[in-house]
Amino acid sequence: MKALDRKLWREIWQLKGQAAAIMLVIVCGVATHVMFGATLDALGQTRARYYREYRFADVFATLKRAPESLRERIAAIPGVAEVETRVVAEVHLDVAGFAEPITGRLVSIPDNREPRLNRLYLRQGRLTAVDRDDEVIVSEAFAQAHRLAPGAKLRVVINGRRQTLTIVGTALSPEYIYQLRPGSMFPDYQRYGVFWMGRRALGVAYGMEGAFNNVVVGLSDARAPAVIDELDRLLTPYGGLGAHDREDQPSHHFMSEEFRNIALSATLFPVLFLGVAVFLLNVVVSRLIGMQREQIGTLKAFGYRSGEIALHYLKLVLVIVLAGVIIGIFIGAGLGRRLAELYTTFFRFPFLDYRPALPLVLGATLLNLGGAVAGTVFALRAAFTLRPAEAMRPEPPARYRATVVERFGLQQLLSQPNRMILRHIERRPLKSLLSVLGIALACGITMAGRFQEATVTHMVEVHYKLSQREDLAVTFTEPTSWGAIGSLQNLPGVERVEVYRAAPVRLRFQHRTWRTMLKGVPPGGDLQRLLDADLRPLAPPSDGVLLTDYLGELLGVRAGDRLIVEVLEGDRPVREVPVAGLVKEYLGVAGYMDLAGLNRLLREGPAISGAYLAVDNRDRPELYRRLGDTPRIAGTAIREQEIRSFHRTMEQTMLFFTFIATVFAVIIAFGVIYNSARIALTERGRELASLRVLGFTRAEISYILLGELGLLTLIAIPLGFVVGRGICTLFVNGARSELYRIPLIIHPSTYAFAATVVLASALLSGWLVRRKLDRLDLIAVLKTRD
Amino acid sequence: MIDRHDRVFLARGLTKRYPMGEIEVHALRGVDLELFTGEFVVLLGPSGSGKSTLLNILGGLDSPSSGAIQYGGRDLSVYDDAELTRYRREHVGFVFQFYNLIPSLTARENVALVTEIARDPLAPEQALTLVGLADRLDHFPAQLSGGEQQRVAIARAVAKRPEVLLCDEPTGALDVQTGVRVLGVIERINRELGTTTVVITHNAAIAAMADRVIHLSDGLIARIDHNARRQAPDEIVW
Repeated sequence: MKALDRKLWREIWQLKGQAAAIMLVIVCGVATHVMFGATLDALGQTRARYYREYRFADVFATLKRAPESLRERIAAIPGVAEVETRVVAEVHLDVAGFAEPITGRLVSIPDNREPRLNRLYLRQGRLTAVDRDDEVIVSEAFAQAHRLAPGAKLRVVINGRRQTLTIVGTALSPEYIYQLRPGSMFPDYQRYGVFWMGRRALGVAYGMEGAFNNVVVGLSDARAPAVIDELDRLLTPYGGLGAHDREDQPSHHFMSEEFRNIALSATLFPVLFLGVAVFLLNVVVSRLIGMQREQIGTLKAFGYRSGEIALHYLKLVLVIVLAGVIIGIFIGAGLGRRLAELYTTFFRFPFLDYRPALPLVLGATLLNLGGAVAGTVFALRAAFTLRPAEAMRPEPPARYRATVVERFGLQQLLSQPNRMILRHIERRPLKSLLSVLGIALACGITMAGRFQEATVTHMVEVHYKLSQREDLAVTFTEPTSWGAIGSLQNLPGVERVEVYRAAPVRLRFQHRTWRTMLKGVPPGGDLQRLLDADLRPLAPPSDGVLLTDYLGELLGVRAGDRLIVEVLEGDRPVREVPVAGLVKEYLGVAGYMDLAGLNRLLREGPAISGAYLAVDNRDRPELYRRLGDTPRIAGTAIREQEIRSFHRTMEQTMLFFTFIATVFAVIIAFGVIYNSARIALTERGRELASLRVLGFTRAEISYILLGELGLLTLIAIPLGFVVGRGICTLFVNGARSELYRIPLIIHPSTYAFAATVVLASALLSGWLVRRKLDRLDLIAVLKTRD
Repeated sequence: MIDRHDRVFLARGLTKRYPMGEIEVHALRGVDLELFTGEFVVLLGPSGSGKSTLLNILGGLDSPSSGAIQYGGRDLSVYDDAELTRYRREHVGFVFQFYNLIPSLTARENVALVTEIARDPLAPEQALTLVGLADRLDHFPAQLSGGEQQRVAIARAVAKRPEVLLCDEPTGALDVQTGVRVLGVIERINRELGTTTVVITHNAAIAAMADRVIHLSDGLIARIDHNARRQAPDEIVW
């Protein structure tokens, strides 16, 4: 090994505390990069393979009822490679020992062959037999939630008829990777399931013999819009509800949104960490070069080239960064597996292709090495340009001056130690500022990892307590007359009934379109309320439509604009409707009208799609039983359970992120503060030792050194609140989708937590440096030359 | 004896100004000088007289503000940084008052630092034997006395077999006995290897060792003395 490289290794060893602190920050950055990147790759690749091997369809359509003969005409549409017609039924079911209503979706599978599209991955058991009409396959998530295995029985109400089915298998489908009750935001595997039955058996049970009400299509090439148009034309006479591609397929869509969020985190956080690491490297290398002026001068005197010397210090940077990168890759790969597995509790894949790929690892390595080199170039330049003769002369005394406070004539207020602290901070304003920023960033990252908890609570409050206030929501299998209100009111325990009509529509404004539901609600509703921007109830307009605020943004409309509404069911009328205003909603998007107004727009009589109920808790069991027996009711949602699944879903992921963000923030805060303290100690050791010789106590000199850091930390905390708000804003804005918008609400406890994390890190660094101060060798320090 | 035709350095009208903190230092104000092969020269003068600046310019560590400095007929004052680096690398050995050893490297490694970039160096062990430190090869600077550290520095300076050995107050930080020993090493190298040697000091007693003594004062050469006989270091009394 060359002598210069030996010097390198020994100096890294001497700097081990600081080098380790920087390395840890790099580890955090690389680990988040690899963790999110690998999770994203794994989920993306797993989904792609699953779709490919299990033939996920490209176009989907629901209709009322069409004869099987239509299949041929669909297959003849140019670009269509595969067609699978199906019977899909929304059903009620009972599982022994579970009192609450369970709804599910029954999907037919061909009787004597594998489905051509959306094939099942059988986890247990077998497919249904051709000659049996009482066999069913259940989705794995549902089976697990109820501990059901092949052989168990299910009591199902299909089309008003109670039937007992035997489970023959459990399965997964690419169509239901994210398995949600329609209209729900979060999975609830106990109260909603997907089931598969043979086509003939389900056709008989549902009155769909020789007919279908759902069709999925595989494309030979990517011409989905043309195929969708043609399919809509074919299906309209049969009550088609509008075909759509994968983008509007709920499971696929939800996953894509989540992938987008992961990608956001995969960029945002590594960049923040890299910024901190570069700053620390810069400070440490600058100081090292400053301290080794004479050594650099000596090397140059003996004929070492500037480039060789700069390279020597660059190697030091590279060793620290590379060590951090390697450790970070391993930790990130490990965390990524945990995260990907966490996601598979929501995204039900039959397998998980988790393999952090070379491009990801190389990308993280190059990003960090490149960033570190670019960030320390300025510091390295000092080694490069230092002229040897200058280097041999002692550094000129540092230039201090009276601080702002003193220039204002307030010096009487400051003791000598306080003056030293302030002058030192003011002498290097940029360095002090960067230290403050680094600590502030740690504070901000802690907040980003934690703020969602309070936000989610607020979302739940607004959505479920101010807006959706019902106890139960029921949906009808098809639009029903207002007369149904009476029969709902007569059910046991029902205290209040509020109905609504919902119809699928395509909204068009200028060149922008959006597929959503248009909901008609009666005026004066108490269970379902529309809220304005200040969360005050808003009456549905008799003329015009209210849009979710986010939908208004997507379409670029404001109150007063005229919107084209294309209804996607029934006679499919197309109308122009004025936008009456926007409503505040955090979950989902929709359009709202007055109920009677919507009935008119749909050219129908008084019809409703579902109802919201307020019920007396004592009568719930009986009510659930009666609802389960009502054939017209396709689904029942219990608000309380919705809130619970919401919390459950959020908690699982959030706990993971809060933990990781907190650990990482501690590392950053510690890295910044410890490095600043160590550098201050090397820069000022002589000064402090002189003070000790003059009779200052250890506590007094510690105050001078650590007081500066304490002051910087105190300045950094409020700034950190601002930075944290900024990061949260970036995150909240990046995560906005039509599925949900996280409001920017930061609870006081989040601020308190972040401040505590930063202060604790500062105290730890202070304590470590204080230990060094206590061992300051007075004679040795005074002997060394500056 | 000195052959007047083997001129190593020729300086004409050297001046040097440089800023120091907030003030400007006028270190050299017009120096004319010639140095010859194998010569042992002492630069004598009080602090601030410009000795170190002159030495730095001779050694290619610094460039004059004006004037010319030739080494072996080539003009150093027009050399750029890369050329000066090569000049130092190939021709010059330095010894400093505070030794300037790399604290993280052993004696042997400090010497190796230089031999690794030289064309025809002595082995580090050989150079350290030359200065009487054959038994201290693997000691770190902190484990060596001041005199030993300075001898390592001398070994490091001569290991590349330089044409010129420049010493800036080599005994300035040492006690008398140790200083004599270090001077003895420098003198021996000058004598045995024929290396042109320039030693800065403000200790007039050391001047007796030299072939010539150049007195500097306030950035100018005040006078030059020739010694008929060089005193051996152990004859020096101060």
